[in-house]
Amino acid sequence: MTLADTFFLSFKTVVSYRLRSVLIILAMTLGVAAVVVLTALGDGARKYVVNQFSSIGTNLLVVMPGRAETTGAFPGAVLGQTPRDLTLKDAQLLGRLPQVRRYAPLNVGEAELSASNRLREVTVLGSNEELIPIRHMKLAQGGFLKHGADYSAQIVLGSKLASEFFPLTSAIGQRIRLNERRFLVSGVLAPQGKTMGHNTDEIVIIPVEQAQSLFNTTSLFRILVEAKSHDAIEPAKEAILETLKQSHDGEEDITVITQDAILATFDRILHALTLAVAGIAAISLIVAGILVMNVMLVAVNQRTSEIGLLKAIGAPAADIRFLFFAEAMWLSTAGAAFGFLVGQLGSLMLRLAYPDLPAWAPAWASIAGITVALLTGILASILPANKAARLDAVQALSKK
Amino acid sequence: MIELTGITRIFHMGEQSIYALDHIDLEIQNGEYVAIMGPSGSGKSTLLNVIGLLDKPDDGSYRLDGKTVTDLSEAEQAQIRREKIGFVFQSFHLVPRLTAAENIELPLILSGLAAAERKQRVNDTLRAFDLSDRAAHRPSELSGGQRQRVAIARATIMQPTAILADEPTGNLDHQIGVEVIALLENLHQTGTTLIVVTHDRELGDRAHRQLMLRDGKIMTDKKT
Ligand SMILES: Nc1ncnc2c1ncn2[C@@H]1O[C@H](COP(=O)(O)OP(=O)(O)O)[C@@H](O)[C@H]1O
Ligand SMILES: [Mg+2]
Repeated sequence: MTLADTFFLSFKTVVSYRLRSVLIILAMTLGVAAVVVLTALGDGARKYVVNQFSSIGTNLLVVMPGRAETTGAFPGAVLGQTPRDLTLKDAQLLGRLPQVRRYAPLNVGEAELSASNRLREVTVLGSNEELIPIRHMKLAQGGFLKHGADYSAQIVLGSKLASEFFPLTSAIGQRIRLNERRFLVSGVLAPQGKTMGHNTDEIVIIPVEQAQSLFNTTSLFRILVEAKSHDAIEPAKEAILETLKQSHDGEEDITVITQDAILATFDRILHALTLAVAGIAAISLIVAGILVMNVMLVAVNQRTSEIGLLKAIGAPAADIRFLFFAEAMWLSTAGAAFGFLVGQLGSLMLRLAYPDLPAWAPAWASIAGITVALLTGILASILPANKAARLDAVQALSKK
Repeated sequence: MIELTGITRIFHMGEQSIYALDHIDLEIQNGEYVAIMGPSGSGKSTLLNVIGLLDKPDDGSYRLDGKTVTDLSEAEQAQIRREKIGFVFQSFHLVPRLTAAENIELPLILSGLAAAERKQRVNDTLRAFDLSDRAAHRPSELSGGQRQRVAIARATIMQPTAILADEPTGNLDHQIGVEVIALLENLHQTGTTLIVVTHDRELGDRAHRQLMLRDGKIMTDKKT
């Protein structure tokens, strides 16, 4: 029997046992579709987080007080010391480093924003004019500390706050109070929505000196640093550590994290997560494979007398084995193909439902899903096909 | 030519050994018309299956056209069945999913013939067996006589040297049975060896040679 005839004959069989075939193909389809959709979701989430994280800055380094290495706490803690605070002077030192393009000191706190008869609690960022470019924020109107007037009582409002407090007029030039201190609105942020948990539409930005006095502190919460280039990130990190060690009397009591490293970590974690869900989905494919095996065994049983007939008219065992093999191939190939299509459709629907989520199944996942489907189908058919091939012709013929 | 010497087939039922064939010696020339008769359980089907290489004897040797076939490989025996032997069964054994034409085509597919030539030969055969108008029907849509005609057409399409029929009329009315036997006899007229297992004395008497089996032994071997 030729290969083409084998496949043609087994195709006819698949078609004539319609319900049975549809059910197996459905099981395979769901398995492959699950792999495709779940990896699309996982990889989409990974890309989403990476994009979000990339959007908060470029070549960003974050300097924070205290030692937060994996090796343990700040070594001085054992001696009852607390880590030295970061100060504005530290920030200015970093600004002079050759690897650093710009820096922004940062203080964060809550305060009451009030104007005319409105009042609400807002998140206050204290920084300098570089915060806006470093954090990839944009001003819709006005400016912030344009003339290096660091001590002036300027305030930048998030877009939502601006329209809330000054619904009828432009906010620029208006007076507003933060905890009873007077500020002049110098700029309004462009609407950006949420990035990394912060809703930038509902924050205010004031000069860092104002913030320190508002919150009655001399220390900084963070220093944001932008390296000159991607290659400058690591040298910048080294330089920052060295500079602040000197400035802190030889104590290594600060931590520098790079956006790059965090990005890589998120990327790794979410990639591992995607692999894990793909693996779980693949288990449903193995279940489908077991289903194929069961159904093929039933088929051998059902068609025993037919197998006897084929032997009587001269089919060698190899032909019979291959007929059943080909039947399983059709079923799993159809399942894999439909599963791939359904999976792509599912991913498309995910993307339509959540436009922010780039839910594209990675190629490796689609290939793996299809391969596992075909492999389990083939493996599952070996036992039934061998059983059919080994049937005793006379006994098979006598079976009703 | 079929030459059996000391052919023995033993079935084991628990402790018991049943000699379905008990040292059979038999020679059948090409072109003979032989009826195998005997009571139920006498070994008729087993003898036919051994001759058709469907069953392996436990002892003895079998030469077909001068060549010992008892210890050929499974694939070689399958090839002999394909090329030299045509089986006809009491219960027709048509594949229910396939049409009459497709059932008849099966042996040609197994032998790897090209589709165009297959179609030609199937059409010729359908015509010869007066089945052209039933070509696209499935077995369930055919009468018993038509089904057996399809089965005989399938058995002959490879132009075998021997047709082995195991009670081919057992499931048919007498009248239809006689027609089916006539059809088989036509094939014998063209030179094919015809071996028919039958219960029916009247049908058996139409053969040119009657073998009487009992307990796996040939009791009488009568030529007329
Ligand atoms: N697969 C088998 N297992 C056990 N005994 C069998 C088997 N096939 C046939 N026999 C026995 O062998 C003997 C001959 O059987 P068979 O050739 O079918 O007889 P017949 O066709 O003449 O009725 C019977 O006694 C039958 O019971
Ligand atoms: Mg019998």
